[in-house]
Amino acid sequence: MTLDTAGVRHLYVHMPFCSSRCGYCDFVTVVGRRADHARYVRALLGELELERAVLAPELETVYLGGGTPTFTDGRALERLLAGLPAAHELTVEANPETVTPGLARLLRTAGVDRVSVGAQTFSARLLRVLDRVASPDDVRRAVYALRDAGFDNISIDLIYGIPGQEPSDLASDLAEALALEPEHLSAYELEAKPGTRFSHAHGPALELQAEAMERYFETVVGTLTGAGYRWYETANFCLAGDRTGGRDLRARHNLGYWLGRDYLGLGVGAVGTVAGRRTRNLPSLARYLGALELGERPPREVEELPAAVRTVERAMLGLRLDEPLPLAAVRDAIDSEQLARLAQAGLVATRDDAIVLTERGRFLGGGVTARLLAPTMSG
Amino acid sequence: MDQQHIRNFSIIAHIDHGKSTLADRILQLTETVSARDMRDQLLDSMDLERERGITIKAQAVRVQWKGHELNLIDTPGHVDFTYEVSRSLQACEGALLVVDAAQGIEAQTLANAYLAIENDLEIVPVVNKIDLPQADPDGAAAEVADLIGEDADRVLRISAKTGEGVAAVLDAIVERIGAPDGQPDAPPRALIFDSSYDQYRGVVAFVRVVDGVFRPRQALRAMALGTRFEAQEIGFMSPAMRPVPELRAGEVGYVITGLKDVSELRVGDTLTSDRSPASSPLPGYKDVKPMVFAGLFPTDSDDYPELRDALERLKLNDAALFYEPETSQALGFGFRCGFLGLLHMEIVRERLEREFDLDLIVTAPNVAYRVRMLNDDDWREVHTPSDLPDGAEEVEEPFIKASIIVPKEFVGTIMELNNDRRGRFDHMEYLSPERVHLVYELPLGEIVLDYYDQLKSRTRGYASFDYDFDGFRPGSLVRVDVLVGGEPVDALSLIVFREFAYERGKALVEKLREEIPRQMFDVPIQAAIGARVIARETVKARRKDVLAKCYGGDITRKRKLLEKQKAGKKRMKQVGAVEVPQEAFLAVLNLNDGARK
Repeated sequence: MTLDTAGVRHLYVHMPFCSSRCGYCDFVTVVGRRADHARYVRALLGELELERAVLAPELETVYLGGGTPTFTDGRALERLLAGLPAAHELTVEANPETVTPGLARLLRTAGVDRVSVGAQTFSARLLRVLDRVASPDDVRRAVYALRDAGFDNISIDLIYGIPGQEPSDLASDLAEALALEPEHLSAYELEAKPGTRFSHAHGPALELQAEAMERYFETVVGTLTGAGYRWYETANFCLAGDRTGGRDLRARHNLGYWLGRDYLGLGVGAVGTVAGRRTRNLPSLARYLGALELGERPPREVEELPAAVRTVERAMLGLRLDEPLPLAAVRDAIDSEQLARLAQAGLVATRDDAIVLTERGRFLGGGVTARLLAPTMSG
Repeated sequence: MDQQHIRNFSIIAHIDHGKSTLADRILQLTETVSARDMRDQLLDSMDLERERGITIKAQAVRVQWKGHELNLIDTPGHVDFTYEVSRSLQACEGALLVVDAAQGIEAQTLANAYLAIENDLEIVPVVNKIDLPQADPDGAAAEVADLIGEDADRVLRISAKTGEGVAAVLDAIVERIGAPDGQPDAPPRALIFDSSYDQYRGVVAFVRVVDGVFRPRQALRAMALGTRFEAQEIGFMSPAMRPVPELRAGEVGYVITGLKDVSELRVGDTLTSDRSPASSPLPGYKDVKPMVFAGLFPTDSDDYPELRDALERLKLNDAALFYEPETSQALGFGFRCGFLGLLHMEIVRERLEREFDLDLIVTAPNVAYRVRMLNDDDWREVHTPSDLPDGAEEVEEPFIKASIIVPKEFVGTIMELNNDRRGRFDHMEYLSPERVHLVYELPLGEIVLDYYDQLKSRTRGYASFDYDFDGFRPGSLVRVDVLVGGEPVDALSLIVFREFAYERGKALVEKLREEIPRQMFDVPIQAAIGARVIARETVKARRKDVLAKCYGGDITRKRKLLEKQKAGKKRMKQVGAVEVPQEAFLAVLNLNDGARK
C-alpha cells in the first residue's frame, strides 16, 4: 500500500448530538445538550487546525456523520460547514424528521452536495421498534425538501432484519425507497450487539430474523439490481451509469475506505487512519471539549498498523467492492491454494492480475475473504 | 514365618461398597500404618484411582495380626481387568466378599465371587455399611449367604467407616482361611499377579511364592515369556517396600527385576530359578488381547510426537495397552489403540489428557473383528472399520456373556434393550423377591457405544452390569462407509450387523447433517455399502455470509471478527473442500435413541 504522501484527501467529521437515542445504535452519541452545540463546533474547528498539516491542499471528500448532524443547532451547523475545507464531495447525514425546507436550503447554500437520509424503514410499526423519531411520511417529506433545494445526489439508508419484520415489510420498504428515486441506497442487516438492552428486549424476535437474513439479503440485492442499481459494495447500491449519463454515483468518501486510502477523523469518538497509524478519539464529550479548549489534542487511542495488517485490511475492504482487486496490493496476504479452490467453486475469479468475487462469491464475501487470507494473518 | 501362620487374602466388592475403606481400617487396626500417616484409600496410589474410587493396579500389603502374617492382595475391581483379578485371586487362599448393606449384591460382586469360587477360595462374607440409616443388613446377608451357599449367621456385619466389626474380620481371616500349602523344598515357583514400572529400578514384579525360596541376586526366569534377569532386591510391602533376605513358599512380596520394559514380564507368568528351574509353570497364564479399539489423534497435529512419547511412557506401566501408528486422511497422524475394555480406554484417555496435558480426538470405539478371505484358511484381525476388506468370506465378532442385576420392574425394559442389541437370552434368576439377575449373550460391538448409558438411563441408575468375553462368533456384518462431499471419510466408517445397516447409516448421515455447518456449497453426506449408497442427506450451501457494513470507524473491529472467523476454521478438519468440526467424528456415539437399534 502506498501512503498518501501528498496529504490526506478524505475527512470525516463526527457530530454526536441526537434528539433521542435509538436502541440499536452503537455510535458515539449524545442526547440533547443544545447548549454544547456551538462549543462543540468550536472544538471541532480547533481540532481541524491542529491536524490541518496532514491534509492535502485539495480534499476529495468531506463526510459529516453522527449522531444526527442535522439535529445540530442551525447556526452552529452553518459555522461548521463554513469552516470545513472545500472538497469535491461533501456529504451530510440527516434524520428525516430534521430535514425541513429551511435546513435543506441551509445545506445547499453551505456547499453540501450529497445527503444521506437515515430512513431505515417505511413501516411506522418497525420505526417504533427501532426507537426512531421519524414517521414514514417524514422520510418522503425530507427527500422532497432536498429535491426542492436542488440536491441531485441523495442516498437513503434502509435496515432489514428488524424484530417483527416480515418479508412483505421489506418488499414494501424497497418499493417505497425506489419510488423516491434516490441516486444511492444503503441497506444494512440490523446488527444487534449481544448484551445490549435492545438485544435483551428482542432476543427471540432477533433469532427469527437471523434465520430470515439470507432471504432478505437476496431480496435486497435482487430488487435493487433489478431496478437498475449497481451493487457496487456489499451493502451499497447506486444508480448505474447508463441511467445517469455516465455519472459515477458511488459514495466517493466511503469508496476511500474500501480502497484503503488514508482518512482523517475529527470529533468525539472519531477514527482516522494516517500513514499506518489508526487513532480513535475517546468517546467522552467532556474530555474532548476540555482538551481542545486548552488548545490540546483530544485524548485518543493509537493502533499501529504494520504492513501485514494493512494488507489484510486492504483485502478485506477491497473484496467488498464489485471492482477487481489488484493482486499486487494484497499478494502477501492471499493463500494461493485457497484462491484456486474458491475459483474452482465458482466464488472467485482472477483476471489480469486481479481478483474479483463472483456474484455468489459476493453473497458469501465474509467467508470467502476469511478463507482467502493466508493463515499467518492472525500472527 | 512358618507357612502355618500365613494367610493370603483378597477383598472383592462392587465399586463403592467399601473395599478401600476396609483395607485402610485393616492397616490401622494392625498398626501397619500410624494414624499420622493414614490417608484415605492408601492402597490406591494413582490420583485417578483415588478420584474415581476404583482400583486400577493391584498391590499387596503385609500386616501382622495375633501372631499371624496376613497378606492383603488388592484386586482391580473392574471387568476390564478380569484376568488380573483372577491372577490376584489365584495368589490367595481366601477372599473377603464385601457387600453394601443398603445396596445388596451387584453384578460385579457376582462376577468376582464366581471367580473366587472357581479358584477354590474360602469366602468370608461381609456386609458393610451397617451404620447407614437405610442399611438392611439382614436382607444383604441373606443375599450373600444364598450366593455362596453359606449360613446367614456366618456373614460378618461391619462398618469399615466406624471400624465396628473389623477386628472380627481379621479373626475370621485367621480362623476360616487356610494356610498356603506349597512345597518349601521344591524348585522355586512364584506367580506374578501384578507388575509396575519404577523409573529408577525398572520393572517391579508382585509375586506369590508357591514353592521353594527366592533370594536377592538369584538368577531368575519368567517361564512363559522366557525372560531372564537377576533379582536385584526382594521384599514385601508394609505398605512401603521392605527388603528381606528371602521370600519363602506361601509368602507374598515383590521382586525388583531391573527390566526396562513391562511387556517382558506379564501378569500370570511364573518366576523360577534360571539354574534349577521348576519342571512346569503354574497354571492359568494367558496372553491378554485387547478387545476394544479406538483411534487417538492429537487435536493439533503438531502434538503427534508428544502423543507418541506419552503412549510409550504409559505402556511402561500398562502391559495391556496396545498401540500402533494410524493415518487417517480425515484426522491425520495418530494411533490405533487397543484396550481391554471401555473403562480401560477411558482411563488411558484420561491419563493422557491429565498427566501428559494432551488434547485428543478419540474416535468412536469399535471391537476387534476376525476376517477370513475366500480361498484362504488364515484369519486376520481387523482393528479399524475402514480396514475391513470388501468381499470377506467370513467375519467374526467378539461376544460377551453379560450379567445384569436390576430391580424386577426393569426386567422388561432391559430385555427390550438387549433384544435391540442382538442379545440372546440365557437365563434369569431372582436374587431376592425384588431383584433379578439376567444373563444374556451379546455382541461386544453392540455395547461399546452407548449400551451402558442406555442401561443406566432406562433403569434410573439401578442396573449393575458386568461381562465376560465369550469368544468370537460368525456374524452377518458389513462395512458402512461415509462420504462427505463425495470423499470417503475413513474415520467415520463402521461395521454393523447387516440388518441394521440401513437404519444406522441413515441415522448417522442425519446426525452428520446436524453436526457439519453449512458451507459455501452444497455438501452431500452419504452412507454406502461398497458402491451402493444406502442413505443421503445434504447440508445446504449458505446463501449469505457477509459482515454487514464496514466504514472508517469499524475497520479494526471487522478485521478482528475476520481473524476470529479464520481461527475458527483452524479447529475444523478439512475433508476435501469441506470443513468438518471435530465433534462430527463422534457423531456415531450420539445417534438418536430410536435410530440407535
